[in-house]
Amino acid sequence: MKLVVNVIEQLINGLGAGSIYALIALGYSMVYGIAKMINFAHGDIIMVGAYALYVFVVLLNLPVVAAVILTIGLCAILGITVERIAYKPLRKAPPLAVLITAIGVSFFLQNAALLIFKSNPIPFKSIVNVNTIKIGSISIRGITAVILVVTFVSMILLTLFINKTKAGRAMRAVSEDKGAAQLMGINVNRTISMTFAIGSALAAIAGILFISQYQSLNPFMGGLPGIKAFVAAVLGGIGSVPGAMLGGVLLGIIESISKAYISSELSDAIVFGVLILVLLLKPSGLLGKNRIEKV
Amino acid sequence: MALLEVKNLGISFGGLRAVDEVNLNIEKGQLYGLIGPNGAGKTTLFNLLTGVYQPTNGTIMLDGVNIVGKNTYEINLAGIGRTFQNIRLFKNMTVLDNVKVALTNREKYSLFSGILRFPLYFKKEKIMNDIARDILAVFNLEQEEDTLASNLPYGKQRKLEIARALATNPKLLLLDEPAAGMNPNETAELMDTIRLIRDKFNITILLIEHDMKLVAGICEEIFVLNFGTELAKGTPEVVLNDPAVITAYLGA
Repeated sequence: MKLVVNVIEQLINGLGAGSIYALIALGYSMVYGIAKMINFAHGDIIMVGAYALYVFVVLLNLPVVAAVILTIGLCAILGITVERIAYKPLRKAPPLAVLITAIGVSFFLQNAALLIFKSNPIPFKSIVNVNTIKIGSISIRGITAVILVVTFVSMILLTLFINKTKAGRAMRAVSEDKGAAQLMGINVNRTISMTFAIGSALAAIAGILFISQYQSLNPFMGGLPGIKAFVAAVLGGIGSVPGAMLGGVLLGIIESISKAYISSELSDAIVFGVLILVLLLKPSGLLGKNRIEKV
Repeated sequence: MALLEVKNLGISFGGLRAVDEVNLNIEKGQLYGLIGPNGAGKTTLFNLLTGVYQPTNGTIMLDGVNIVGKNTYEINLAGIGRTFQNIRLFKNMTVLDNVKVALTNREKYSLFSGILRFPLYFKKEKIMNDIARDILAVFNLEQEEDTLASNLPYGKQRKLEIARALATNPKLLLLDEPAAGMNPNETAELMDTIRLIRDKFNITILLIEHDMKLVAGICEEIFVLNFGTELAKGTPEVVLNDPAVITAYLGA
């Protein structure tokens, strides 16, 4: 019985970590679907979101709700700006040039944060004050419960947005055939901007939840979650929105179970091992579409 | 004033003059045919008219406004809709959504009323559904609105392409080989549909077609392109009996 409770608690922890990965992975996947590029600066948006929240809450003493809204808005605008300045001029450039630019943007954001906030980690008191929830003998940390609820709501809204609104339809059309969409009166540049804004807003939410859980920030904090979320996006099938959700949650659960029952040192190796295994069996990811190249 | 006035239009790809000194006058409400041997520059001309390619020289006036240099989507909004020779539907979207994509600019509501589902969102989506279903009904596709476009049989995919282009509310509709791959019965049905949409939606149509029976049957005027330049123009009887046209098609 004790083992069962423990496994369930680990699963919930994994679900919490996985939710954050999923929120970040969505940004990678949506941008890939629309702009056919891997935005390696995406992880650093989490870091910017974290510092923005810190500035709004701690330095400017704003109410939490206002700080959260401002943080999400700021990151959305940052996403659009990065796309306009760094990626849009390269729309017709070879993919490698875009990839390297994205890495450059990532370095730029990290070093800008380093310059402004210095390299010392800054402690941050969680903005979430929810007590541990007890269901029978299972206890769930308050922050984990909040992460699960916020992620769940975000994903429902995103899914409805993509499937049921005209902007979402335009996004799907552009991701399938940019040229045809344009000839149907879709403003492709605006659609791409919107995708970056939504992806970055989700990354900001992930950043807020992340520092509310780990309660510390530093300029390089976006790196590892960013890479893991990218793995989650590939695992689920990059370009697929449900794939990113599934990949993120799966990755979080695998990580947490291996940390608890196998070895915390090996947990990353196991996560990447699973990725390799999945890609060997299903190269386009779990929910990705197999693309047959016409010759 | 002509609906579309093309003057001295030309484009070069490297040393190749794909379209050269083309002049077109398209009057409102008429049905035009654009014919010519393979490689004559017909689809290139369509790509110039829709802004996919930027011309090297010449002007394209739509309703008195020069549209050269405008974005593809701006030209679509200005009133030129088109279909594609090789079908380019949004394959993973439903039939209804394919048409609704083309309605994006007709009914406006903000991103926020979409995400937060304000009443305006439901009202506008309902209007879009009604318009889309009306258009689908013209092509007898209303039963298939929830089918994925990729699961439609070939002939219906061709029809859906026209339906989608119509939904952008064009003044001028460009059809690139609408009857390609259709059997004679389907072609005959398509001819009726093309005439019907011209009258029902009060639009002008320019179509590229290899099926001479279709062209002669419905077009009021025909342009013939050969090696990127105009070879002949006029009514079907005149053009299709022109020795130069016959030579171009059959070889000297």
